[in-house]
Amino acid sequence: MTLARRIIPCLDTDGARVVKGVNFVGLRDAGDPAELAARYNAEGADELVVLDIAASRDRRPTFLETIRRVAAELAIPLTAGGGIRSVDDARAVIRAGADKITVNTASVERPALITELSQEFGAQAVVLAIDAKLDSGSLATPGCATPHWDVRVRGGRDSANLDSLQWAQHGVELGAGEILLTSMDRDGTQSGFDIALTHAISTCVSVPVIASGGARTPQHFREVFNAGAADAALAASIFHDLTQSIRSLKEYLTARNIEVRFPC
Amino acid sequence: MTSVSTVALIDYGAGNVPSVERALQKLGAASKRVTRPSEFAGARAVVLPGVGHYAAIIRALDEHNLRAALLDAIERGVPFLGICLGLQALYSSSEEAPSLSGLNLFSGSVRSLPTTVKLPHMGWNRLRTQRTSALLAGVSESDYFYFAHSYAAAPSPVSNEVVATCSHGANFTAVLEHKNIFATQFHPEKSGAAGARLLQNFLSVAAGMSSAA
Repeated sequence: MTLARRIIPCLDTDGARVVKGVNFVGLRDAGDPAELAARYNAEGADELVVLDIAASRDRRPTFLETIRRVAAELAIPLTAGGGIRSVDDARAVIRAGADKITVNTASVERPALITELSQEFGAQAVVLAIDAKLDSGSLATPGCATPHWDVRVRGGRDSANLDSLQWAQHGVELGAGEILLTSMDRDGTQSGFDIALTHAISTCVSVPVIASGGARTPQHFREVFNAGAADAALAASIFHDLTQSIRSLKEYLTARNIEVRFPC
Repeated sequence: MTSVSTVALIDYGAGNVPSVERALQKLGAASKRVTRPSEFAGARAVVLPGVGHYAAIIRALDEHNLRAALLDAIERGVPFLGICLGLQALYSSSEEAPSLSGLNLFSGSVRSLPTTVKLPHMGWNRLRTQRTSALLAGVSESDYFYFAHSYAAAPSPVSNEVVATCSHGANFTAVLEHKNIFATQFHPEKSGAAGARLLQNFLSVAAGMSSAA
C-alpha cells in the first residue's frame, strides 16, 4: 500500500469563467468551471485546483460563487486560491467548499500568513504556491553547477529576490502542508515539466510537491513522477481541450508501474 | 422508523462540514448542523466530521458542551460516524495536543506518523481489511480513499475495534467499528464512488439500528 500519484486538472478563472492564456495575455474563454469540474470528477481526476488569476477585490463574490458551484459537482478534494491575503479570506473560500487554499504573493510579502492559516485550518489545508524561474546567471558561474531558481510574484511579473529551495523549506517550517510548484520557464510551453527544479524542491522538503508547468504528453508525467520525484502533477489546457484524457494518461502510467488511482 | 430521518452533523467549524452535508444529501439523507447539546434530540445518527488540528476539535466539543451530549448519544446506541479527527477524538489522547483528553472510548493514543515519509499523508491510498465490517460491505482492497493527516491511531494487538488499516511509513487504523461506533481516518465525503458507498453503508446500518432500538 502506497500513496497513488495524483493527476490534478487546474481551472484558471477570471472569477466566473475558465480562461486560457499566459500572464493575462491573449486570454481565451475555455468553458464553465462547474461543467469542467463535473467532467473531471467523472473522468477520474484525483483533485481539482481552481485559481482566480485576476483576484481583484470586487470580483471576490463572483469567485466564491464559482467555488460553490464547482464544489457541488465534486466528490474529490478541491483546492482554491488567488488573492488570499488573510485568515478571513481563506475562511470564506473554505466555507464555500474548498478543502485547501493556496497562497502565493501575499505569503512572500508577509510570511506569517502561512503560520496563521496553518494554525487556523491545519497544515493539510495550506498549499504554498511557488512560481519559480531559472536564474540563467547561476549556471554561468564557473565552478558552480547548482542552478538557482528565483521566486516570482504578482503572476510571475516581479522577482521576490528569494531562492525557491530556501523559500520552499521556510514555507514548510512556517506551516505549509504542500507545495504547488510552477516552472515559469515551462509554463505554457508544453515542452515538459522542469525535472531538475521539481526534483530539487521535492527532495528538499518534507511535504508533498505538486509539479506544474509544461505538461503535454503522458511521457512528461512519467518523467516528473520518476526523475522529478513529484507527488502530484498538474495541468490545465491539455485536459480542457481534450488533447489528453485523464483515463488514458492513467492507463499509460499504470502500464509503466506508476501507481495511480482508477475510480471504480 | 425504518429510515434515518435526521443525521446530526456536529458543526464545530471544521472545513469539511459542507462537503459531508452535500455527500449525505446526494444519498438522500437529511442532515442538520448541531452546535448545541439540545440539538441532539431526535437525531437518528450522529456524524462528527473533522479536519485540521486535534486541539480544535477537542476544545470545540468542550467549549460548546457537546462532549457529554455526544457520549450520552453513543451510550444510548445512536449510530455514530467519526471522520478523520472524528476518529482520532475517540481515543484517550493525541501527541498533537498531549494536555487534552479525548473521548476515551478506546484505549490508546494518537501519534505522529514517522517522519521518514512525507507528511501530511496526503492523497489516495488503499485499505487492508482486518475483519468483516458492515461499513466496508462491497468495498474492496483495490478501492482508493482520500487521506489528509499527519497523526494517526496505531492499531493495538489487544483491541478489536480496528476493521481496516492503512500504511504510510507505519501501519495505522484506517477504519474502526464497535457496536454503534464507526469511524474512518480518511474522508469518505472526498473519496469518489468508494466513499459514497461507505457513507451509504453507514446510513443503512444506522437505519437498521434505529428501527431495532
